Amino acid sequence: MAMSRRKFLLTTAVAGGALAVGYVALKPEEDTRLVFQKTARGGEVALNAWIKIDATGTVTVAAPRAEMGQGIYTALAMLVAEELDVDWKSVRVEDAPVHPVYANREMLRAALPFEDGYHQGENTSGAQFMGWLAEMLSAQGTGGSTSIRDAWEPMRNAGACARHMLVTAAAQKWNVPAADCQAADGVITHKGSGKTLTYGDLATSASSLMPPENPPLKNAADYKLIGKAVPRLDIADKTTGRAIFGVDVKTDGMLHAAVNVAPVMGGSLKSYDKDALGGMPGVVAVVALPTGIAVVADSWWHAKKAADSAVIEFNDGGNGSLSSEGIYKLLEENIQSGDPFTYRNDGDAEEVFEHNGDDIIANYQVPYLAHACMEPMNCTARVVGDNVEIWMPNQAPFLMRYLASRIVDTDVENVQVYTTYLGGGFGRRAEGDLAEQAVRIAMAVPGKTVKLLWSREDDMRHDMYRPAARSMFRARLDDKGRPFAWFNRIAGQVPTKSFTQRIFDFATLDMPDNTSSEGSADMPYAIPNLQVQHVPVTLPVPVGFWRSVGHSYNAFFTESFMDELAVKAGQDPYKYRRDLLAAHPDYLAVLDRVASEADWDLPMHSGRGRGIALHESFGSLVAQVAEVSVLPDDTIQLDRVICVVDCGRVINPDTVVAQIEGAIVFGLSAALYGDITLTDGAVDQGNFPDYEMVRLNNMPKIEVHLAPSGRPIGGIGEVGTPPLAPALANAIFNATGKRVRELPLSKAGLVG
Amino acid sequence: MPAIKVNGEVRVIDIEDDTPLLWVLRDTLGLVGTKFGCGISACGACTVHVNGEPVRSCSTTIADVAGKEISTIESLEQAELHPVQQAWIDHQVPQCGYCQSGMIMATTALLAEKPDPTDDDIDAAITNICRCGTYARIRKAIHAAAKTMREG
Ligand code: FES
Ligand code: FES
Repeated sequence: MAMSRRKFLLTTAVAGGALAVGYVALKPEEDTRLVFQKTARGGEVALNAWIKIDATGTVTVAAPRAEMGQGIYTALAMLVAEELDVDWKSVRVEDAPVHPVYANREMLRAALPFEDGYHQGENTSGAQFMGWLAEMLSAQGTGGSTSIRDAWEPMRNAGACARHMLVTAAAQKWNVPAADCQAADGVITHKGSGKTLTYGDLATSASSLMPPENPPLKNAADYKLIGKAVPRLDIADKTTGRAIFGVDVKTDGMLHAAVNVAPVMGGSLKSYDKDALGGMPGVVAVVALPTGIAVVADSWWHAKKAADSAVIEFNDGGNGSLSSEGIYKLLEENIQSGDPFTYRNDGDAEEVFEHNGDDIIANYQVPYLAHACMEPMNCTARVVGDNVEIWMPNQAPFLMRYLASRIVDTDVENVQVYTTYLGGGFGRRAEGDLAEQAVRIAMAVPGKTVKLLWSREDDMRHDMYRPAARSMFRARLDDKGRPFAWFNRIAGQVPTKSFTQRIFDFATLDMPDNTSSEGSADMPYAIPNLQVQHVPVTLPVPVGFWRSVGHSYNAFFTESFMDELAVKAGQDPYKYRRDLLAAHPDYLAVLDRVASEADWDLPMHSGRGRGIALHESFGSLVAQVAEVSVLPDDTIQLDRVICVVDCGRVINPDTVVAQIEGAIVFGLSAALYGDITLTDGAVDQGNFPDYEMVRLNNMPKIEVHLAPSGRPIGGIGEVGTPPLAPALANAIFNATGKRVRELPLSKAGLVG
Repeated sequence: MPAIKVNGEVRVIDIEDDTPLLWVLRDTLGLVGTKFGCGISACGACTVHVNGEPVRSCSTTIADVAGKEISTIESLEQAELHPVQQAWIDHQVPQCGYCQSGMIMATTALLAEKPDPTDDDIDAAITNICRCGTYARIRKAIHAAAKTMREG
């Protein structure tokens, strides 16, 4: 069913076109400076859509991306401040309003098929088209590790434009050539006279000047902030309890809501006893929802107690017999006889396997995973007539705005979305379910602000999960032991389709999706006959984007199987990979560096082992070596992870290291424990004891080395996660001779 | 009507006895620095001190703490930041930050009891979850704060 590339792009465009309904297009004549000016307080003046300056010279940078711990507020401000030549201490950051000028074009471009460097998708007219579309749609979102790649040009430009306008304003005031005026640390000095004016003095007059078309940008050698470990702007407030997350939003007379919804996937409300709830302490209203009920009360505890006590019946949506067992069986059936899409086909692997030979065959499997953000899901909303306000820790304010406008039946201009700090996102907070639910509830108590908060159990049982997947490999080696033919078929649900159908239930989207093949079809190793396929499977389990998406399982599959081939060939797994990377000096450099940092050639004591994995995702190269010990009870302990990262230019090395450390722990929790299972159509897990996390007592040592090579800027938020599981599994094989082909490790009794 | 002392102030709370302290702090008193993570004593995000002991406020009722002294993250900063908070900043510990109030309260309680904790002491005392995986920096920051506090 290989769909032609052209047909695919057209279908995508049509699907994309549907998205445009209800959106505000960027009018060509619109002065985008006014977008940020509208948010001005205390005499602030906007110089463009990204920068406001007040009379004291305080610079406020608009952050159109969500701060969920990745340090993006600081990084975006650094890009602006670098070119603005302002004192870093006078820079602050503010959540940007929702507007097409802040669209994340890089994010939609990455959603294109074949954007993997191998298929050159990012340089096609289709990619460009998607970029424009994103702008039209106001695709203001945070995801796909795209924020810096998207902001690198526009936000440095914004700083440079503003600086140019401030210098021009000073020169006009003094009636001197602009070339004689120098800007540094927020002050402009006239070289001849030594006269000075501050940015605060000049902001108003500068704001009426025309911005320059292409202001010159600094050379990298002159950077004062970019590339430095600048302390993050949000950290102090996150040590005092002052940082405001969605869950902390407060307004006068605010009400609280809790839900009781159908436990079975796709279930709906059948009946409930409304009167019994009305008399409970603090209850203000009971709202019927498509999937259950919400109780609105004067405190969340009152709302929760009433919701839990509800006498309620649900329909099971026909999914009452869905179970993990059945799902894995279906995945295997799809591996055997499903209708695959071929993402890569070099040489003729099928032909090779027609001839008899010694094949290596292996099957791998991973489970559904929950995001389990530390801050439980929540959204606060107020509806007054046609006007809607939403306070929400979210990764896609443009989407929340659209969904709210659809429910209230009003224009998107009438919906305000305020994005708070996010207590974790990991892809979960790009989903619109909480916004939809909160707006429905708020409509039932018009004029009142209602904070909807889910319990941990609500969150774990109603997530949009990382898809479960199975992967079948077949390979044949040449006479030197190198892979001569490699066939890989993966089966699982497709996140983009599931996500899109939650927004537009009419969308069919039976088309290829990179998020299911990424990390397998684009692997770098030289294999003359190479075929990679994915079979899209339809199931009622909602799936979504989970930190590193398809890479999260394809890296485990591909890099584990590569290790199996090295073992079969009787070769060292590091050198085996090395020999297949002659055409990729950048991959090779990262692999060599991690081997040398880990003292790969030094023998290990018996009962210990090390494993290696190399993986490219979101434009960055990451290699990891994991070192494990076998404990007396035959369980495994991960002692140390050595990690080398080439993400191109580094904006803030300390946040990059922090993201890699965190992503390794994220991958480790999943590899050790992560397992969402279903019985009778409902998720079995509810809270942390059933969905365990790495804690201080089983935290490995982590060493991160940055090795920027000069590649284009790559992503950082997700890229540390994919190589962890295969490096760990390969280390376990090295230590025990036992090959792990299924996650989590706790299933195989390997975790104490 | 239980009376409790929160951050040095006596508060009389008109609420059902079985209400968890967490929700009294957050919704009744507006002290939102203390976070809700699991509600069942499994994550530590809601850690506060009751008479100086670390307690998971989601699983402690208001009746349990009647007449006792409660301190929350909001009470730590006096004229300047508490050494633990300063160590958290010096080591750039928080990522999303959501777990960190609980982590810091658990740490200050540990250091009050053990001024020079070993790694094993830390592992045993700080069982809180950080979904962002900031554990390595937390450990470093605890040792650094302990040193500052010992050296006065
Ligand atoms: S919220 Fe209290 S321990 Fe998790
Ligand atoms: S910093 Fe995000 S949960 Fe700990």
